[in-house]
Amino acid sequence: MTCLPQKTDKALGLVIDLDTCVGCQACVTACKGWNDQGYGVPLSDQNPYGSEPSGTFLNRVHSYQVMPEAAAPMIVNFPRSCLHCADAPCVTVCPTGASYKRAEDGIVLVNEDACIGCGLCAWACPYGAREMDAAAGVMKKCTLCVDRIYNENLPEEDREPACVRTCPTGARHFGDLADPASAVSQLVAARGGYDLMPEQATRPTNKYLPPRKKDRPDQASLLAPLLDIKATGLAGWLDRVLGKLP
Amino acid sequence: MNPASSVIIFTVLSGMGLGYLALLATAHDYTGAAAFWHWAFAYALATIGLAASAFHLGNPQRAWRAFTQWRSSWLSREAWGAVLTLLAFAPLALSDWLGLGLPRGFGWVGAVLAMATVIATGMIYAQIRAVPRWHHWSVPLLYLAYALAGGCLLAGFRMPAILALVGVAGAVLLHWRVGDGAFARARSSLGSATGLGALGQVEIFEPAHTAGSYLLREMIYVVGRRHVKRLRVIALGVGVALPILALLVVPGVGGFGLAIILYLLGAFAQRWLFFAEAEHVVGLYYGRR
Repeated sequence: MTCLPQKTDKALGLVIDLDTCVGCQACVTACKGWNDQGYGVPLSDQNPYGSEPSGTFLNRVHSYQVMPEAAAPMIVNFPRSCLHCADAPCVTVCPTGASYKRAEDGIVLVNEDACIGCGLCAWACPYGAREMDAAAGVMKKCTLCVDRIYNENLPEEDREPACVRTCPTGARHFGDLADPASAVSQLVAARGGYDLMPEQATRPTNKYLPPRKKDRPDQASLLAPLLDIKATGLAGWLDRVLGKLP
Repeated sequence: MNPASSVIIFTVLSGMGLGYLALLATAHDYTGAAAFWHWAFAYALATIGLAASAFHLGNPQRAWRAFTQWRSSWLSREAWGAVLTLLAFAPLALSDWLGLGLPRGFGWVGAVLAMATVIATGMIYAQIRAVPRWHHWSVPLLYLAYALAGGCLLAGFRMPAILALVGVAGAVLLHWRVGDGAFARARSSLGSATGLGALGQVEIFEPAHTAGSYLLREMIYVVGRRHVKRLRVIALGVGVALPILALLVVPGVGGFGLAIILYLLGAFAQRWLFFAEAEHVVGLYYGRR
């Protein structure tokens, strides 16, 4: 049923640290790799080695430049994927019941056997999280690696989404955002994690952590105390004597 | 948004066909062979339009599943509306053709269902907050106005057709007036889309991908807007003003024939614009709308 659950027991999702992300695209590749072989139809490519390649991806990393008024401009790498919204507009528009939000953990999924490929859910999503697979004609979206996180055939450390597992800088965190005691919830509280496009009234589960404040050129370096080297012994005596000479 | 020709044909023809069916049931009383041909034509128009909508599906063989989610989905409600409407008119159509003498009041059930179906078509678009230009009640009104005008033209009612065409002009102008400022009023920007607006001005540094993608083809379709002004003139001039002129100047069936051709040209132009001009907020991430 494409009515949204009143409440989900958990709210599994991602916390993405824009301060740490270096834009290496490893999460994009890991996502594509895992979802080529697991849940549902593989993410297809069209003309991948030709002049106009195209393909289905569930995660894309943008790069933006931010120009604060009173600080140096900065580059922010910005991974974009499904936010598993509490009020997911993609779910309620689905005419077939293929799109649904799980009551137990809040993951938004597509039952590909019921998807007619009308594309309305992709229209309804403000974040561009859904892409129609051109080969299979069904809608693909982030599954939060539902076939990894509960998979007891995998070693425990691998039971998290492929993008989180692969991130070399630890910029992606996975957990239950409905539990205020969880590591991700505490991270959000400590770092001021926020929602994307709150004006779209989707109540996203995933949160983004803003870049930390950067040093200003006129601020004293953190290394300043270490740079003040006091020489000892013969060098120290020479230093004192030479310092007294006119 | 990408103006898919199947969806444009579907919305124009099915709206016109449903309007015609409603008027055949409530304002006409054809009998015998005349009734057969009129009803058959109206049914064909509505059904061809609805069948055209299946051509933009990735897996049309599962289209029956679209009847399951009427509680939440306007697309599902539209599917139900279309089928119920076509069923509801059937007894009256048979009665007109074979002279069974079914009371004419029966037609009102179908007429109400037909108009509800047209409104549901409009609501499929109007419900989408992520496309600010569509997210307004003027959209179902626009679809309703076009359906009524198309119906009046096919049914051969001169004065009602002229009034309905004036109604179309009003609805189209309202839709454009509301729509032109809708994106700004929705308050979505690259700053809110990335959440970085609080830090400073945000600009695109590098795109997420250099190749094309479904998002770029479907939602960030900017090509169609090049001729907005010309298409707007065609939609109102060719689609409304000229049909009214044809109805006033050319007597008899010829006036209606001319008006219908002009109306269709205008309706297709307007419907093309309806999609091509609509900007999806996901375009913000790509710096294009």
